[in-house]
Amino acid sequence: MANPQTLYEKIWNAHVVEKRDDGTCLIYIDRHLVHEVTSPQAFAGLRANGRAVRRTDLTLAVPDHNLPTTPRVDAQGNELPIADRESATQLATLRANVAEFGVPYIDALAAEQGIVHVVGPEQGFTLPGTTLVCGDSHTAAHGALGALAFGIGTSEVEHVLATQTLQLAPSKSMEIRIEGPLGPGVTPKDVILHVIGRIGAAGGTGYVIEYTGSTIREMSIEGRLTVSNMSIEGGARAGLIAPDDVTFAYLKGRPMSPTGAEWDAAVAWWRGLASDAGATYDRTVLIDATEIVPSLTWGTSPEDVVPITGVVPDPESFADASKRAAARKSLDYMGLTPGTAMTDVTVQHVFIGSCTNSRIEDLRAAAVIADGRHVAQGVRALVVPGSGLVKRQAEAEGLDRIFVDAGFEWREPGCSMCLAMNPDKVPAGERCASTSNRNFVGRQGPGARTHLVSPAMAAAAAINGRLSDVRQFVSGETR
Amino acid sequence: MQPVKQVSGRAYPWGAKNVDTDVIIPAHWLKTVTREGLGKGAFETVRAEPGNIFDDPRYAGSPVLIAGDNFGCGSSREHAAWALADLGITAVIAPSFSDIFSGNAFKNGIVTVVLPQDAIDRLIEVAKTDPVTVDLETMTVTTPFQDRFGFDLDPFRRQCLMEGLDEIGLTLARDAAISGYEAKVAGERPWLAKRAA
Ligand code: SF4
Repeated sequence: MANPQTLYEKIWNAHVVEKRDDGTCLIYIDRHLVHEVTSPQAFAGLRANGRAVRRTDLTLAVPDHNLPTTPRVDAQGNELPIADRESATQLATLRANVAEFGVPYIDALAAEQGIVHVVGPEQGFTLPGTTLVCGDSHTAAHGALGALAFGIGTSEVEHVLATQTLQLAPSKSMEIRIEGPLGPGVTPKDVILHVIGRIGAAGGTGYVIEYTGSTIREMSIEGRLTVSNMSIEGGARAGLIAPDDVTFAYLKGRPMSPTGAEWDAAVAWWRGLASDAGATYDRTVLIDATEIVPSLTWGTSPEDVVPITGVVPDPESFADASKRAAARKSLDYMGLTPGTAMTDVTVQHVFIGSCTNSRIEDLRAAAVIADGRHVAQGVRALVVPGSGLVKRQAEAEGLDRIFVDAGFEWREPGCSMCLAMNPDKVPAGERCASTSNRNFVGRQGPGARTHLVSPAMAAAAAINGRLSDVRQFVSGETR
Repeated sequence: MQPVKQVSGRAYPWGAKNVDTDVIIPAHWLKTVTREGLGKGAFETVRAEPGNIFDDPRYAGSPVLIAGDNFGCGSSREHAAWALADLGITAVIAPSFSDIFSGNAFKNGIVTVVLPQDAIDRLIEVAKTDPVTVDLETMTVTTPFQDRFGFDLDPFRRQCLMEGLDEIGLTLARDAAISGYEAKVAGERPWLAKRAA
C-alpha cells in the first residue's frame, strides 16, 4: 500500500499540474469566488494585456463588502442608489467586469446574494476535494466541506482568472484534534475562540490546519464553517475538515452540486479523501472539548480569549515583555480595567452576522435567547443574515418577527458591521459584542471596541446590555 | 511588464525604519478600482509635514527610494506596491523588507534591493546630491564615486524582472500542461467541470 497521506496531501497531489525543482508547484484551481473589493485591478490587468478569463464556468462573482444592509429597492422595486460614491463605483465596476468577461454573477438584487463565504457552500459551488480561492482571507471557511480553500491577493486573483492556476509552495500540516461533547451553551464559535486562545494568533503560521476528533464529527456543516472560517485568525492560511456523510447530506440537491451518476461518482471519490490511518502531521494539538466554556475576547487580537466567567486580565500577569506591552495597549484601546468581571462590561452595540456566524443555525441560536425578551435600553442590535436565502429561510421560520419584537434590527445580507467599509459602523469609543471574526483596532470603525462572541452570547449581551453568560438563559434565569 | 535591467537616477534619501503599509498608502485609499493614481496618496502622512523629501523638488520623480529596516511591514495590501509604482519608483533599497511586500513589489516590476546598514548610510549621503544606479545584470548598486555594493536576488525573480516577464505570462506559456491536466481531470472527476446551475 502507498504511504499513508493526510487529507491535505491528497488534495494537493490531485491538483499538481507541474512541479518545479525547488518544490514549488503549479496548482490547478477548481473554484474561484470573486467580490467587488479585490477584483477591479485584476480585471483591469486582464484588459490591459488582452487576456480572457480561462474558465468562466469555474468562477462565481458576488458583491458583499460594500453593500449597505438597508433595503436595496424602493416600494416600486427600483434599485436605490448607494450614497458612498466609492462603494457605488466598486459595485458598478464589478457589474461591468462580469458582463465584459462573461463571469457568472449573483447580483446585489438577486435572492441568492450574500457574503461570498456563505454563498459558496449554500449554492454547492464549494465541493469537497476541490481547490478554492477568493481574494479574501476568510476563504478558509470553505475548508469545512473538505475543500483546500485560502485567500489570495489581487495579482493572484488576476493569475487565477487568466490561467486557473497558482504557483504555490506546500505548507506544513497541523492536526487540531478536539474530542468530547460540548456543554450547554457552548457553540462552535466558543470552540474556535478557545483553539485560537490556545495556539495563539500566529500559532498556525505556515500550516494548513486539519480539525479532527469527535467534537468536529458531531458538528453540523454550519458549525464546521464557523470553526474553519477563523483558521486565519490562528495564523493558518487554510483549515480542513474531512468530508463525511454530514457533508454529503448538506451538499445533496444544492443548485450547483453534481447530480445523478456524477453525484454518486463524486461521493465515492470524496469518501477516499479522509486522512489515512498512520498519516503524520508536522504538529498535533489535542483539545478536550469538555473543558470549553462560553468564551469571548477581551483585547485587540483574536488570541486574547477568556471564558465569560473570567475577568479582564492584568497585563503584568503575562510572562513575556512584548505580550505585557501589547496587553497594556489593548486594554487602553478597549477602555478596560484589569480585574473587572467580563459580565460587568456594558455594551452599546450588538452585531449578529458576518461569514463566521450568519447562517440559519446561528440565527436560530440567537432567536432562542431573544424570544420573548427585549434588547436593553441604549443598545443597538443588528441581525444581518449571511445571504438572501438565509434571510428568506429565517423569515419562513418567523425568526425575523422574534428579533424585531425583541428590538433587534433585521437587515439585508452583506458583510455589514464586520468591517468598516459600508454604513454599518461602531462609533469611536463604543463597545460591540460581535459574532464576527476580527477584533483588530478600528475593524468595526475608527476607535470601535470589539468583543468576539457566539450568536447566543451576542443575543444575551443585547438583552442584558452587558457581556453575559448565555448559560443563565439556557437554564431559564436572567440574573 | 516593462523589463527592468537597470534603474538609474536620483534617489529619495529617506532611511526611515519600519515603514508600514499604512504609511506607504493609508487605508482610505483602498476603495479605488484602479492600480493607477495611488501615487497621490503615497506617503500622505509624511507629506503632511513641511519640508518632507517626497515634495522636495530635488528628488521629484526619483526612481529609487532608500529606506531603513523592515520596509513594507503591516498589511498585505498590494496597494502599497501600486502606490510606489505610480509615484515612479522602480527600486527600493533597504536593509530588510517584509516578505509580502517584496512579493507584491516584484509582481509589479519593482526591485527590492537588500543592502547592509553601512551601505545604506553611504547611499543616503550620496543621494542627497548625486544619482545612484541599481544594475540587475551585475547585481550591484553603484554611485559616481566608485561605490560598488553587491546584492543578491532570487534567480527566478531576477530573470522575470530583466526580461519583463510577468508571472501570468510565464504561466500562460505552460498552457499545454494546464490543458493536459484539464483533459485528464475531465475524465477522472467529471463533476468538477460543469455545474447544474
Ligand atoms: S463578513 Fe467580514 S470577514 Fe467575512 S468576508 Fe465579509 S468582511 Fe470579510
